[in-house]
Amino acid sequence: MSELNELYQQMILDHNRRPRNFRAIEAPSRVQEGYNPLCGDRLTLYVTLDGDIVADVAFQGSGCAISKASASLMTEALKGKRVDEARALFDRFHRMITTPPDQPVEDLGKLSVLAGVREFPTRVKCASLAWHTMKTAVADETAGPVTTE
Amino acid sequence: MTAGAAGPRVAPYDVARVRGEFPILAQRVHGQPLVYLDNAATTQKPRAVLDALRTYYETANANVHRGVHTLSERATAGFEGARQTVARFLHAAEPREIIFTRNATEGVNLVAQTFGRQRVGAGDEVLVTAMEHHSNIVPWQMLCESAGARLRVVPIDDEGALRMDELRRLIGPRTKIVAVSQLSNALGTINPVAEIIAIAHEAGAAVLVDGAQAAYHMPVDVQALDCDFYVCTGHKLYGPTGIGVLYGKAAHLEAMPPYQGGGDMIASVTFEKTTYNVIPAKFEAGTPNIAGAIGLAAGLDYMTAIGMDRIQAHEQELLEYGTAALAAVPGLRLIGTAPRKASILSFVIDGIHPHDIGTIVDREGVAIRTGHHCAQPVMERFGVPATARASLALYNTREDIDRLVASLHTVHEVFG
Ligand SMILES: Cc1ncc(COP(=O)(O)O)c(C=O)c1O
Repeated sequence: MSELNELYQQMILDHNRRPRNFRAIEAPSRVQEGYNPLCGDRLTLYVTLDGDIVADVAFQGSGCAISKASASLMTEALKGKRVDEARALFDRFHRMITTPPDQPVEDLGKLSVLAGVREFPTRVKCASLAWHTMKTAVADETAGPVTTE
Repeated sequence: MTAGAAGPRVAPYDVARVRGEFPILAQRVHGQPLVYLDNAATTQKPRAVLDALRTYYETANANVHRGVHTLSERATAGFEGARQTVARFLHAAEPREIIFTRNATEGVNLVAQTFGRQRVGAGDEVLVTAMEHHSNIVPWQMLCESAGARLRVVPIDDEGALRMDELRRLIGPRTKIVAVSQLSNALGTINPVAEIIAIAHEAGAAVLVDGAQAAYHMPVDVQALDCDFYVCTGHKLYGPTGIGVLYGKAAHLEAMPPYQGGGDMIASVTFEKTTYNVIPAKFEAGTPNIAGAIGLAAGLDYMTAIGMDRIQAHEQELLEYGTAALAAVPGLRLIGTAPRKASILSFVIDGIHPHDIGTIVDREGVAIRTGHHCAQPVMERFGVPATARASLALYNTREDIDRLVASLHTVHEVFG
């Protein structure tokens, strides 16, 4: 039960119930689809860039609590960041959720609530979907839809 | 029931004894006794199957049809004996109508790429249903694409039953093949395949029945159904993975071109010309899954010894119990409530994604499937991205369902 509580912390349940920046952006600089074929999670990420600053970022879609909360927390974390900082944060977040559970991880502030997925290998993709989608969205040339497969 | 006049006395269904024959069920998962409710994905294996595999490799392993030595004779006898067992189980007219494949999927592809290519031309139609597994959709799509034919889809109603009125409307002179599951893995719906086959034959269409789910839940009689083809898959029949069955009427199989070329499927080979072997060998190129066939036969014998009627009665009783028990869970909605159903309970819970449900109940030792169940069109029809699915088999009990329901209450607790 404790690992479950670790996974489904209040903050995650709250962001699942009331996801932040859960909307479309009209005329965004970048739009990117993300899809997790394993569970059918789907999201559309909208990014407005002001120069190389993430001026606004929002998402829509359907997914499990982990993927929704992760997307919601990500949008909060990214606003106002430079694109290279966003990419660096992807790497740090990805490292955090893929480090074996018995090893220490970097403190990423609010994003650290997602470290609990390390105990649930099948759920790591849920937590990383939004982040993979973001990485592609802010890449120089966007390709087709992102999948976690 | 009172002991009436005629009829042999049937011992009550002894589920505890049945469970004792499945070693895997004795374990704990996350500290709780395992409750295995993902049988629609694959069933567990009784000791009889595990023993058959071991005995084969320890006493008879050799290649089949290729040697005069004693082991080869033994292996061949085991393999061909398995074919006879399958023929009996499906009530085929002759063992040569039984082709061993890798799984149900390969059976469908085989028929699409041989019979399908012969029968289906430009402007023709192949009819499937809205509840098919991807493996009974994609091979037909591929065929239609290459043949210039059209794939048409019989819709389902809000309960998940097939719209027979639409089926009658859609079948016409252009329909060459109808491909339909006898039992839907995503909804539990049992389709009236005998009736569908009669309608299709009336219109001159051949019918492939996907029995991947049906064959372990109910008695199957391919002759009574009069289907042209029937596919099923060993790992859901309490047998091993990597072995499946295609039944085809002998007249069809004889007229069809081979699927793959190689050893065993030939009568003679020169560089100028190869003559193909007779059926079933024509469709079994290369060394087959000998142990798999023998293990599958052991699985079928296991079910036959219990009795398919009794298995079905046991599972129907669980279905009724489970349907009522799940209905009492707050916010739960069953997806698939057709009047004729087998023991598959697909559901969603208000505001909680199936994936989260799956993770939480797993921590209580309860294994269910969550996702689209390889039936994305079904998910779309019901407007859900995924469902949670509990599928019950011959070793499941009311206690298993009680454990599932208790774990769903934990889901509610976690989500507040
Ligand atoms: C209805 C149905 N058809 C076909 C299949 C495919 O079976 P297999 O993957 O063993 O070929 C399955 C099982 O996954 C199924 O449930």
